[in-house]
Amino acid sequence: MADTKTGIGASVRRKEDLRFITGKGNYTDDINLKDQTIGYFLRSPHAHAKIKGINTAKARKMDGVVGIFTGEDVAKDKLGGLICGWMIHSKDGSPMKAGPHPVLALDKVRFVGDQVALIVAETKEQARAAAQAIVVSYDVLPHVVDVAKAMKSKANVHDLAPDNRVFNWSLGNEADTNAAFAKAAHVTSMDIVNNRLIPNAMEPRAAIGSYDTGTESYTLYTTSQNPHVARLVISAFHGLAPEHKLRVIAPDVGGGFGSKIFIYGEEVACVWASKFIGGRPIKWTGERSESFLCDAHGRDHVTKAELAMDASGKITGMRVHTKASMGAYLSTFSAAVPTYLYGTLLSGQYNIPNIYVEVDAIYTNTAPVDAYRGAGRPEATYVVERLVETAARELKMDPAEFRRKNFVTSFPHQTPVIMMYDAGDYGASLDKALAMADYKNFTSRKAESAKNGKLRGVGFSAYIEACGIAPSAAVGSLGAGVGLWESAEVRVNPIGTVEILTGSHSHGQGHETTFAQLVSERLGVDINNVLIVHGDTDKVQMGMGTYGSRSGAVGMTAISKALDKIEAKAKKIAAAVMESSVNDVEFKDGTFTIKGTDKKMGFGEVALASYLGHKFNTSEIELGLKESAFHDPSNFVFPAGVHICEVEVDVDTGLTKIASYTAVDDFGNLINPMIVEGQVQGGVAQGIGQALLEGAVYDEDSGQLLTGSFMDYNMPRAANMPHIENFQLGFTCTPCPSNPLGMKGCGEAGAIAAPPAVINAITHALGVRDIAMPATPLTVWTAMQSMKIAAE
Amino acid sequence: MENFNYHRPATVLAAAAMLKKSKDGKYMGGGHTLLPTMKQGLASPTDIIDLTAIKNFGGIKLSKTMVTIKAGTTHMEVATSKEIKKAIPALAEMAGKIGGVHVRHKGTIGGSIANADPAADYPSACLGLGATIETNKRKIEADKFFTGMFETALKAGEIITAVHFPIPKKSAHQKFPNPASRYALTGVFLSQDAKGKVRVGVTGAAASAFRATDIEAALAKDFSAKSASSVKIAAKGLMSDMHATAAYRAHLVSVLAGRAVAAAK
Repeated sequence: MADTKTGIGASVRRKEDLRFITGKGNYTDDINLKDQTIGYFLRSPHAHAKIKGINTAKARKMDGVVGIFTGEDVAKDKLGGLICGWMIHSKDGSPMKAGPHPVLALDKVRFVGDQVALIVAETKEQARAAAQAIVVSYDVLPHVVDVAKAMKSKANVHDLAPDNRVFNWSLGNEADTNAAFAKAAHVTSMDIVNNRLIPNAMEPRAAIGSYDTGTESYTLYTTSQNPHVARLVISAFHGLAPEHKLRVIAPDVGGGFGSKIFIYGEEVACVWASKFIGGRPIKWTGERSESFLCDAHGRDHVTKAELAMDASGKITGMRVHTKASMGAYLSTFSAAVPTYLYGTLLSGQYNIPNIYVEVDAIYTNTAPVDAYRGAGRPEATYVVERLVETAARELKMDPAEFRRKNFVTSFPHQTPVIMMYDAGDYGASLDKALAMADYKNFTSRKAESAKNGKLRGVGFSAYIEACGIAPSAAVGSLGAGVGLWESAEVRVNPIGTVEILTGSHSHGQGHETTFAQLVSERLGVDINNVLIVHGDTDKVQMGMGTYGSRSGAVGMTAISKALDKIEAKAKKIAAAVMESSVNDVEFKDGTFTIKGTDKKMGFGEVALASYLGHKFNTSEIELGLKESAFHDPSNFVFPAGVHICEVEVDVDTGLTKIASYTAVDDFGNLINPMIVEGQVQGGVAQGIGQALLEGAVYDEDSGQLLTGSFMDYNMPRAANMPHIENFQLGFTCTPCPSNPLGMKGCGEAGAIAAPPAVINAITHALGVRDIAMPATPLTVWTAMQSMKIAAE
Repeated sequence: MENFNYHRPATVLAAAAMLKKSKDGKYMGGGHTLLPTMKQGLASPTDIIDLTAIKNFGGIKLSKTMVTIKAGTTHMEVATSKEIKKAIPALAEMAGKIGGVHVRHKGTIGGSIANADPAADYPSACLGLGATIETNKRKIEADKFFTGMFETALKAGEIITAVHFPIPKKSAHQKFPNPASRYALTGVFLSQDAKGKVRVGVTGAAASAFRATDIEAALAKDFSAKSASSVKIAAKGLMSDMHATAAYRAHLVSVLAGRAVAAAK
């Protein structure tokens, strides 16, 4: 170990937090450029309508108005539309039906909030006033918001998909699976709904777009999880400008949870329109109500799922049919979410010989649905863990033992749905979780709760996820439009401080700390002498960004590879300076020594020597100490764990409280356990939010979003969490074999694991088979009424 | 938000005159309902007449039988008042459950009652304690004050100046918050006076706060938690929305009344 206080495995306090919590962060809205104007979007009040005409004449004459842009202006300038970067083919081989997704609505609006016009003015008040003066005449069309009804609705969201179906995708072997069901001793069948969620990052989306009339180049400051991907898409698909004429900067970003992966119309419109107002920068900062209406939502699946078992309780097959809402347009990553991020995880932690899944992706007149913390894997885990728990109850087996009986126990394990699990010990996590949760004494706690008028239940979730996305060739063969590698550059300064340029993007994850810990470990450099540079396409050459719990397993591995090169070159220089053979150089704790001698040089001395070139032959060893690397993972990583939730339901009111929550996770080796714990706690909070509190509701009649503010959309609060003493975290460790650091991802695990754990606990408490998420007091009370579970 | 004229009168008289002169003026206490409404563009008054600068507009006075809270008193002042905690502890407790800390430091009793939000907490206390609302013109019994959703017996330009709460023998407040907004999904304020008369004020359940007279009658016969919680409240006329059906609200009224009896002190 180089420095046990700041190296790998140390719970170092986050370097970036002081600046964030004292208001010194530098977010997009904190940035103000010379001659900046303000952008404001006029949005559709209708769920579905033809635009008959847009009259901007009066608005254009109003005070402070600099420019007004509509879909027609975008079309006239031949700016390309928004794209979905993942091509999915239907079962019958036909490509998905990607309808037009213009930067500003053209001819038609397809959901409440669809952007119709960009108004640019000197102040926001002026822009808003002008927006109110624009007259849009609409021909209202029938709409549909419910994914379960959309295929048979008279509403037609996109002409090219008359039944609103984007694709009908399948995975697995249908005939073998049907055969397994035909032979099954027991079949558990369920209708499962995964509720629609609204991400609500703390910082709303924002952008400042500007055009330099001298260099004819664009700059876009934006709230992005992957600025290089934004540049690539805006350049290659929208055709705004070639990449060397477009700089994308994602400064400090206040949370993303997936919603800031995507390329949205607003950001593109701001940078595009700047050219037409003489290059004046256009700033748009989304209001919270715009976040609710227009940020890509998550989940929204309706599923029929079946599990087949033999007489001994061994699972023999799984059959799943899911209807997945895509919203009104295919967002950047959306097609991958209910397919390759979903169907591939349906084996869970279990040895299931036959799986067949079919997914209908469906347009609705709602905000686009795309990746949200977990993306597809929470939906898969919810299906698997609800099914497994219910099957165990039907077979009258202990749910823990039923799971254990079906666990995958030897690795590598090839599932019938593409994934090759590389390492894991699911039994170890289960044992640890059972012990920490004191499962054996549940009955006495249940009796205690009953005395206070509370129904107590316990629920399990043995989740697995595939993250660290992903091997480029593999995702390429599955339809991805990009490779999912990562890049890094290590620049050692002459005095031995280090700059890491990474294509990963930190928006809450703490990369400034964890990435520096890796450098500290490897080079023996104090973490305060390490700078992490990210989020600027002019500084970092290329990168794929942060999502899918990939920054550790993929991003840090790229850094590690570049550090290997740094170490190798530094050894050469040290050998030359100390007049020894490079084979005799040893490097430990930041010091180069020569075997069998007392010669030594500190890392800083070698760094300086590398730039002086005084003591080595610069025609043999190149000057300087700067290396870069690309890393393409050879496999996904497979974090897994067992979460156990206990709830208490108030018989009188239906109010559910999380009595205790135990999370045991196997993330392989941990870089910073404190940050990992924070990720688990935050993820579980989001998962509890989905299970108990959060649900986007569109009004069927009007198509309006009813949960358009925090007055009606219930974000988790501290009081909704289990008391910290009853919120236990534990870890097991099977190091990941596919990266040198042995890491798996931890960012999404909690959000994936928690919903089924909570719902399994509630259904256990009530003795019902299912309950809808979010299990609000009303929902639970209503279920109790129909069950006649009464106080007396 | 549209532009408006902002006034800070020093007297009630001046405030009333300003409102009369304005085209579409509004009085403002803490502004915690009015300002968000204006920000959303749902209200755009021409004039805001901020009442909080009026001299002696806030303050708490106690007699042997009565707690008087002047209109400009903030929720935080009520929640932390030693006198109120002693005289009507449930009232202080209730004020401590309104909104968040920021809201409690700005929001006023007069503003809350005048606004008569169907989910506000104070209306249930006014009804549950049999309060009298004093204005610059007259005194109005709470029972006659809350007339509908955001509607009261106040006449145009009338300003609440104080609320008089008789001190009961026992009282309690129970609130089941809306999971998202934390307003009362249903709230019950119950009191029993020295003569044994019971009052049960309910908020959040209907368009306007009301008295649960069936529960009052049951408790007059038998002042027990069970007696209150066994009364079946009719769902008809109660509010229904995505957070609670009328039937659920009706059920909560009985549950909370029962809990209030158990907690009354």
